[in-house]
Amino acid sequence: MASPLDQNATSCLLNMQNIFKSFGSVDVLMDVNFDLYPGEVHILAGENGAGKSTLIKILGGVYTDGSGSMVVNDKEVDFKSVQDATSAGISIIHQELSLIGPLSVWENIFLGKEKSSYQWLDKSHMVDYSRKILEKFDLDINPKRAVDEFSIGIQQMIEIAKALAFNARIIVMDEPTSALTEPEVKKLFKIIEQLKEQGCGIVYITHKMEEIYSIADRITVLRDGQYIGTETAENLPSEKLIQWMVGRELDQQFPRHAPHVGDTGLQVTDLFVPGTATNPAPRVNHVSFSVKAGEILGIAGLQGSGNSELLNGIFGTYGKSAKGSIKIDGAEYIPDSPAASIQRGLALLTNDRKTNGLVMDLNIIENATLASLPAYSRRLWLKPAAESKAAKDITKSLRLKAESLYQYVDALSGGNQQKVVMAKWILTHPKVLLLDEPTRGVDIGAKHEIYELMNQWTKDGIAIVLITSEMPELLAMSDRIIVMHRGQVTAEFDRDNATQEKILTAALGERKTA
Amino acid sequence: MSQLLKSPKSSWLTSPTTRALGALVIVFVIGLIFNADGAFLKWGTHRDMLRAVSVYGLLACGMTLVIITGGIDLSVGSILGISAVSFSLFCIHFSWPFYIAIIVCLLIGLACGAASGLIISRFNIQPFIATLAMMVFARGLAKWISGGQKISTAVQQADGTYEYVPEPAVFNFINSKILWDNISVVTVIFLVCLLITAILLAKLRLGRYLYAIGGNEEAARLSGVPVNAIKVLAYAMSGLFCAVAGICQASQELQGDPEAGFTYELSAIAMVVIGGTTLRGGRGGIGLTLLGVLIIGYLEKILSINAVGEDKRLMLTGAIIVGAVLLQKTKK
Repeated sequence: MASPLDQNATSCLLNMQNIFKSFGSVDVLMDVNFDLYPGEVHILAGENGAGKSTLIKILGGVYTDGSGSMVVNDKEVDFKSVQDATSAGISIIHQELSLIGPLSVWENIFLGKEKSSYQWLDKSHMVDYSRKILEKFDLDINPKRAVDEFSIGIQQMIEIAKALAFNARIIVMDEPTSALTEPEVKKLFKIIEQLKEQGCGIVYITHKMEEIYSIADRITVLRDGQYIGTETAENLPSEKLIQWMVGRELDQQFPRHAPHVGDTGLQVTDLFVPGTATNPAPRVNHVSFSVKAGEILGIAGLQGSGNSELLNGIFGTYGKSAKGSIKIDGAEYIPDSPAASIQRGLALLTNDRKTNGLVMDLNIIENATLASLPAYSRRLWLKPAAESKAAKDITKSLRLKAESLYQYVDALSGGNQQKVVMAKWILTHPKVLLLDEPTRGVDIGAKHEIYELMNQWTKDGIAIVLITSEMPELLAMSDRIIVMHRGQVTAEFDRDNATQEKILTAALGERKTA
Repeated sequence: MSQLLKSPKSSWLTSPTTRALGALVIVFVIGLIFNADGAFLKWGTHRDMLRAVSVYGLLACGMTLVIITGGIDLSVGSILGISAVSFSLFCIHFSWPFYIAIIVCLLIGLACGAASGLIISRFNIQPFIATLAMMVFARGLAKWISGGQKISTAVQQADGTYEYVPEPAVFNFINSKILWDNISVVTVIFLVCLLITAILLAKLRLGRYLYAIGGNEEAARLSGVPVNAIKVLAYAMSGLFCAVAGICQASQELQGDPEAGFTYELSAIAMVVIGGTTLRGGRGGIGLTLLGVLIIGYLEKILSINAVGEDKRLMLTGAIIVGAVLLQKTKK
């Protein structure tokens, strides 16, 4: 088989040249080029707001008013709709799930492409076909069950299966692994290998460095809507890639300073969170640990290990159903509501800012003060001046970039949205910060700023509990790491003796003996 | 032109306020054109229009609060009914002092609303279902209190004969016009309630919490917002405004009709939505509702002074509701 990079041997699957696109007076793509050959994984890299999604939406027929030339399979195309793109063999797996929860798996896979004879749906054929597709992905699930009965990770795999069910040759994956566990990621990469062998071309978007270098053949970088360059993965080491993406050199990717550890800030004893109706196993099973002021404790664990539920249990998200005791600065209480936890100095940055972090219908100021509003009101009356001053100061110190503090938060980039959530929690003057995936969907420059902020907060004496699915981030930022598996702690490591292998072993359920 | 509409600086052009205001201006211009031999140009016409929409407007005030939280209140018409019946009963049959009658009526409305709110927040039942139940229950209660009869000044005596008692002074006051007959008392009451709602939404912490709950209830809860209490308060406020509306309605009709307020909830919802407050919750405001109230009020008035039959009026109103909402949807 010809090497995918032997560009003369194989004809080009996709060639986009001189692509321009603007929203009103704002140019979001300026003279961008992108091409794709059969059998290659072509990474589209760039910070949030670089124009990646816009380019993908032009390719997918979502935006139809971009200019430039687009050639698919040696044919000049001009997509007028998503259907046009689909029938040209382009399939896009979007970052946000596009599945319809209450419908069954097969209904989702065949949505809009139902097989029927005279208006009667050919259900058995579609169910069988769906089962075959799912088997290709090692997904042993019943296609007749509703999608929302499955975990987010499985749903993501269903989404991918759906996108690949109908012989697409150009496959776009926009951060497909953000909700997947390690084994699922491995499975996905195996599938990508198969697709390459079948002659498909894959456009892959991710913010995870390690992912880029484990699957990339070529990398194209965009920055602020401009085309920076395309290079093979071997010829573009990570330092140079980051430099291309941010336009400057980052002195250090993970700048954890030496901790200033103080007294015990948070002590959790015997925390228990019961299971759900669909999964009766306890989500958190009698977990105890402590964090000192000024310390960052990392909690590792695969999807479903209960680490996120642990943070929510501590914070009182589950109300009275969670059991156990919490001590903050020595004062003991039982976590039964978020309001009570906030008063005692706890803050939880949830892992999904869109679902339960931000109120998109409120502006930046209103979001920033939401958790500390009593401090900015006299009795029942709001004090708008005090409120906007507090928001202004905190967003400035977090280096939030926005046209105006009165703009709705949904117009902000991922990194800046995350900073609004952080502003909200810092304004509550927390003693303990529970950070669940603080850098998810955040571009590299902003990630770096968030690391620096974590350093600053611990220096100010805040105790931090950190969950992140990015192993290098966890290893670099944590002073201590505990590992969870099925709701229980299976290992604890100091910063110095934690390695990726040890953590993964413990996360897979091997108990460290003695 | 499309260039202009897309640029961020022109966002005021696409804002709900501009749109609702535009719709009102269009209606107003139609009124100026079809002015029914100058009837539309007289203040009396406008005063009467305002009087006619005041009761609906009161319901729309509470409805706005509830819709901003992402809920809906179908029970407003029935609570109006209870309040109208109780107020008539207290004033005409029991001869209570007017202020006690008013206070008790307000408490009844408050209690009905709070009950809906409690069912919704405590038992996590959809607002549509909970307030539908309250709508049916409250209508039954109104009929039970009144014995199914209209409570009027014709009072049945021990021997079975009817005797007319004098109308309570409070009825006549609420039904009167002030400022040299230039504005109805009910309109003043409506405007005061509108102002209270406006202050509540814009100036009080409660208002911010209402928006936050409508925008993202889970994010609000995790930020320490007392979601359940605030929801109960929103429905209780709605019940309170319904009680005020019921008192006005009874005074205007000089009787308490247990059927009073039947289907009024639909008009109240229409006024809120035509104004531009979204049923999804989280965005909107009382200023928009005022515009919605005026749009519907003027529309009805223009059709009636031009002697358009009720059949055509209803059909036109239906079409215009769709038109107004479509106008707001064009924003992407």
